[in-house]
Amino acid sequence: MRRFITTIITAALLGGPVAAQDLGGTLKKIKDTGTITLGHRESSIPFSYLDDKQQPIGYALDLCMKIVDAVKTELKIPNLKVTLQPVTSSNRIPLLQNGTIDLECGSTTNSVARQEQVSFGPTYFVINVSAAVKKSSSVNTIADLDGKTVSTTSGTTSVPLIKSYEKAKGVDVKEIYGKDHAESFLLLADDRAAAFIMDDILLAGQIANARNPADYRILPESLRQEPYSMMLRKGDAPFKALVDRAVGAVMKSGEIEKIYAKWFTAPIAPKGVNLNFPMTPVIRDAFKNPNDKGV
Amino acid sequence: MKLDIFLQQVPDGDGTWWQSLASGLQWTLLVALLAWIMAFALGSLVGVARTTDKRWLTRLGDTYVELFRNIPLLVQFFLWYFVVPGLIPSVKVWVTTLDPTQHQLVTAIVCLGFFTSARIAEQVRSGIQSLARGQRNAGYAVGLTQVQTYRFVLLPMAYRIIIPPLTSELMNLIKNTAVAYSIGLTELFFRTREMGEMTFRYFEAFAAATLIYIVISMAANRVMAFIERRVAVPGYIAGSH
Amino acid sequence: MGDLDFEIIGRALPYLAGGLRYTFQLTLVAATGGVIFGTLLAMARLSSFKPLALAAAGYVNLMRSIPLLLVIFWFYFMMPVLLQSLTGAERPPQIGAERSAYITFVMFEAAFFCEIMRAGIQSIAKGQAGAGYALGLNYWQVMGKIVLPQAFRNMLPILLTQSIILFQDVSLVSLLNVTDFVGAAVKVAQRDSRVVEMYLFVAVVYFVLCFALSAAVKRLQLRIAIVR
Repeated sequence: MRRFITTIITAALLGGPVAAQDLGGTLKKIKDTGTITLGHRESSIPFSYLDDKQQPIGYALDLCMKIVDAVKTELKIPNLKVTLQPVTSSNRIPLLQNGTIDLECGSTTNSVARQEQVSFGPTYFVINVSAAVKKSSSVNTIADLDGKTVSTTSGTTSVPLIKSYEKAKGVDVKEIYGKDHAESFLLLADDRAAAFIMDDILLAGQIANARNPADYRILPESLRQEPYSMMLRKGDAPFKALVDRAVGAVMKSGEIEKIYAKWFTAPIAPKGVNLNFPMTPVIRDAFKNPNDKGV
Repeated sequence: MKLDIFLQQVPDGDGTWWQSLASGLQWTLLVALLAWIMAFALGSLVGVARTTDKRWLTRLGDTYVELFRNIPLLVQFFLWYFVVPGLIPSVKVWVTTLDPTQHQLVTAIVCLGFFTSARIAEQVRSGIQSLARGQRNAGYAVGLTQVQTYRFVLLPMAYRIIIPPLTSELMNLIKNTAVAYSIGLTELFFRTREMGEMTFRYFEAFAAATLIYIVISMAANRVMAFIERRVAVPGYIAGSH
Repeated sequence: MGDLDFEIIGRALPYLAGGLRYTFQLTLVAATGGVIFGTLLAMARLSSFKPLALAAAGYVNLMRSIPLLLVIFWFYFMMPVLLQSLTGAERPPQIGAERSAYITFVMFEAAFFCEIMRAGIQSIAKGQAGAGYALGLNYWQVMGKIVLPQAFRNMLPILLTQSIILFQDVSLVSLLNVTDFVGAAVKVAQRDSRVVEMYLFVAVVYFVLCFALSAAVKRLQLRIAIVR
């Protein structure tokens, strides 16, 4: 009991979560435990989501598996165990920091603010934050949402973006928060919200999986352009180098074209819909020059 | 632990994190207060109904209590927030005209009100039944109607007896408001998580929330103890049952 | 909504059953662990060694005055760091949401079971313990052989009622993305946009289970009362 209290007090004095370097290197941890734990999302289509057997799949997971392969070779553990741990927008960073997951394979924006907490691998996608609306509504621009309700997912970069847009443009929207993208989309589908503000590709994924995909459209407007990447613990240079090397190789060798096509321009599980989201020049450029610049 | 985080501005918000938590606390208290009023009124009615001599009334009261006691609170939140508007078109129409915050507030109050009322009904029933049978008969003997007997004889005593369990129900209700975060109501727990998510200072955020919940719990406890002392009948120790 | 499709439940049934199994497992582990740890806490609260009694009382009152949701999140985020400093390990142990939930519920429920067991222990006439000591038994023998068995027996219905509440409270772990019964239903509901059907189904199943369980507890209560 006293030990417990001392621990709490110690934790309080240390300022809560212990910083990343205290964890020891990720590679050492993987070697010691023979296990790597990947964090995945449940409804970030097509990056990281559950198929109809509730198995996690997606573009980001495919890329992460390339990293897993590199870890196997590097550490010479061919039978490395891969554990998959679901995470959400709101718990992904603490779970990475507290060692629950080693690598987050989802749809995480590489932002400067986040870089103070975590590191990122090379940018593997570039999105625009936009709004999905019902075709039947009269909303044609984001400014039309003045006085209306919009849904967004808590813990995402969209939350402060909406607020700064409101301040800059003098519009007034009311936000309701879903715990995950599926729930935020549901609020739109159910007419509880006039728009769902989120990364365009995720909106496309939600629409593709909706009961009536033809009912929705994405506004051709962007609040901001954001790079996506996998997250790893901060201050772990050897692991970061391995991630950069593994993902960079996939991008340079052109293998990325195949992986990209598999998820963005071909039918995907669970419903066999095609997102039809061909590579944009910005994305192509990111593949040509792998980098981890944040916004 | 660095306390300066509480004085930092919320990114693109309208104040510091401390103010954000305080605004969450206001919602928590508002929901708890209104839900308590609803639960107390409904719970008393149902509790009384279960002690009357009308079979159908007691049955109805029993069913009411069983219904709200046997479904998890979180699921009840989902039922009120998603299922009721989904099933009843007129509710859906009404709900979509509401400001979303109002809708969340109404849902939280109704949900917690019904949930807590079932528990209060159970306490009121056991309070009344713990009274000596003679009290009811005495009421009838001096010519009071059943309603008057409840109003002037049974309930005044029953309420005094059940103040301690009602105190813990009130504290439960305050704690249960945190579940309203699941429908996006920006109460204290929602603000706590938001602060953790945006500043990554989970420890400070959770510690602050823990302190605040302890303080309101203790305050509620004090208030109820004060009421208990004020209404105590001399020579009769409330809660000795 | 309008068009309801209850077939969705049939298709998702194996997945939902898996969630329900986890809910039962968690309830069972938390109830067992909670009763054991709670009994120890109760003995500590009744101890004549003041610091121990105070520490136990402090723990119990802390757990009872903050929302379960807050406790769940505290443990989930803080436990790895806490365990690391407790065990002095090189790095925080990996605890997924599922395992974290087991520990959280045992620790949380212990506070509630403690109060029940404390009342149970106090309900045993002091003379019984005295008689035990007179026979030369030590504290643990008196507790283990005389007081606790009776206390447990007297409190069994209340312990079971608390376990039914626990069974319902387990649903809150779905907010950590754990696939308990509610978590499974939420995931299917959101993936297929069939919220109304799934949530209704969850409510009905929970109601039937809890209603049946409380009815069983009531019957047990009557039987114990008669025997006594």
